[in-house]
Amino acid sequence: MKDIYDLEIKHPPDAGGHFGMFGGRFAAETLMQPLQEIEDAFFAAWADPKFHDERMDLLHNYVGRATPLYHAQHLTAAVGGAQIYLKREDLNHTGAHKVNNTIGQALLARRMGKKKVIAETGAGQHGVATATVAAMFDMQCDIYMGREDIRRQAPNVFRMKLLGANVVPVDSGNATLKDAVNEALRVWVASCEDTYYIFGTAAGPHPFPLMVRQFHAVIGQEARAQCLAQAGKLPDVAVACVGGGSNAMGLLHPLRDDASVRLVAVEAGGHGLDTAEHAASLAKGKPGIIHGSLSYVLADAEGQISADAHSISAGLDYPGVGPELAYMMDEGRLELDSATDEEALQAFQTLTRAEGIIPALESSHALAAGMRIAASMDEDKVVLINLSGRGDKDLGTVMDLLDLADDGQTP
Amino acid sequence: MKLNNHLSAVFERCKAENRAALLGYLTAGDPNVALSEQLMYTMAQDVDIIEIGMPFSDPMADGPVIQGASERALAAGTRMQDVLAIALKVRQRYPEIGIVLMGYANVPYSIGFATFAEQAKAAGVDGVLLVDIPAEESDICADVLRQHDLSQIMLLAPTSTEKRIQLAAKVGDGFIYYVSLAGITGAEMGDIQAIQAQLKLVRQHSDLPVCVGFGVKNSQQAAKLAQFADGVVVGSHFVRQITSNIGDECAMIASLARSVKDLAAAMVVQASDNVSEIGEHT
Repeated sequence: MKDIYDLEIKHPPDAGGHFGMFGGRFAAETLMQPLQEIEDAFFAAWADPKFHDERMDLLHNYVGRATPLYHAQHLTAAVGGAQIYLKREDLNHTGAHKVNNTIGQALLARRMGKKKVIAETGAGQHGVATATVAAMFDMQCDIYMGREDIRRQAPNVFRMKLLGANVVPVDSGNATLKDAVNEALRVWVASCEDTYYIFGTAAGPHPFPLMVRQFHAVIGQEARAQCLAQAGKLPDVAVACVGGGSNAMGLLHPLRDDASVRLVAVEAGGHGLDTAEHAASLAKGKPGIIHGSLSYVLADAEGQISADAHSISAGLDYPGVGPELAYMMDEGRLELDSATDEEALQAFQTLTRAEGIIPALESSHALAAGMRIAASMDEDKVVLINLSGRGDKDLGTVMDLLDLADDGQTP
Repeated sequence: MKLNNHLSAVFERCKAENRAALLGYLTAGDPNVALSEQLMYTMAQDVDIIEIGMPFSDPMADGPVIQGASERALAAGTRMQDVLAIALKVRQRYPEIGIVLMGYANVPYSIGFATFAEQAKAAGVDGVLLVDIPAEESDICADVLRQHDLSQIMLLAPTSTEKRIQLAAKVGDGFIYYVSLAGITGAEMGDIQAIQAQLKLVRQHSDLPVCVGFGVKNSQQAAKLAQFADGVVVGSHFVRQITSNIGDECAMIASLARSVKDLAAAMVVQASDNVSEIGEHT
């Protein structure tokens, strides 16, 4: 497997971190030099074989990579159509793809001599992945999380606390992911000397979109090789859900140069794209500047960020999106799709029953769209879906929504 | 390169009067548009430059006080036309004052920088300070601001390296806003000696007036800064006069008026033998 992990930085942004008109470093002056230091440290580390030796060792032996590619034959039969393959990022240590990035950035923080890390989190998966590496590297760790998300992702809050992290509730705005990012940025401005901000998605100011994409590239690199080995060909379609875009960039970017592969980004349709309550920044937003980069944003005509952004899944409940996805969409390389709360919930149950795999609600969006696409294709085609995380954290939400009373089952 | 003569005239006037300029910030529309207009007039009586904050849903560089101001303004329905109307009225009443619009990039970006600049100029605005447009990204609006004779004001901070100072000096105009601390608005002011040392470095690379802000809470601090800075910016402290008098308009205006006069009186540059004395009373 080792030689599949190509370290060449493909399709890099320009020196200022721009992907076409998108990206860049729209940050407060105080953060400009700290961001430059992270950029310098990242490029130095990326050129250092020892950095990758340690990173890959941890990814293999601590995280459990490579994750399997699973030919979901029961799901395929239930859907009827193209062969569905699932990239099992849910089997990573901590239960989602997020740890690929936190391992990389924690190693970087250590190289930079930082003793403390902070992070934002929505679903809590990035928070857990950060708290996990902080525990392993013996770093102090503060996680910023919207109070609304703390409520709907309680098991992950408990995990973070067990891991020794301090979970700081954020009450401003909608008390969700964007507000957690705002607060983490404010705290970082005042503490950047000794604190490293482990940004959790392929958005934010340069170099985060590039760096997060590179740390997650293992997903697509493995999946590509595994698909060739198992299916005997490249996938016809690759599907990933998009909030900020970390798992999507991880799966899709390594397939970008394979012109025959359709790349599909599935956004959170919430209550429907014809309502205001969704998180489909690419489909329904317009270019704007938020959290340090220029990308598609859900905002009104005067740039006020939408307070209505909504998704059943906390991890997709974000009014912005990574700049490189915006670029790939405008270039015509990325297809857009979406799944509503209802469709995601349905897909969650379908996969659970068909394959005995309980997916995260985020990943359920990719499944919903992926199954729809597969159903419209012939049996000799291959649809690759990124199963970015497992659903244990969502059991409370799903039980409430499905009204599954905790009193056993009627025979 | 000083393009905007109005702002440089303000600093020259202050210098001739042997004092530093006082720059006062309030968020437009806080706590509502009508009252905000009155508060801006109150502030304009005693400041040399008025910074009119454009409320934004996600003020990432602001502390709780100015975050609250933005939230109140937006909740009260403040739109860009209200912000510009306030600027125009201040301009009409106070022809000599400097007017700067301050805020975050997404507001003018979404309106369109060309439209924004045209409207701002028509409202009598002299300069624009966008917190999240650093020198590296300033090209996104530099030409259009220049065409409308609006100064693009650059921030510098304790973390700014000499290279970054040079960059800001090159693209910035009007004045340089030096952030006294590595932090958000309303935090504790940075160490005065460190600020003074950093200003010396800034002046080696720029002829622009240098104003210091973030964390200035009282006339003692302001008086110390006035001895070596060209201007002192006060924001959160003025906004706090609103928050501590919510529901009582008269008290709010009176409290702001007192507070602004108090700060304005602290701008006088002391004879040099008194400067060391002031420096010691920390």
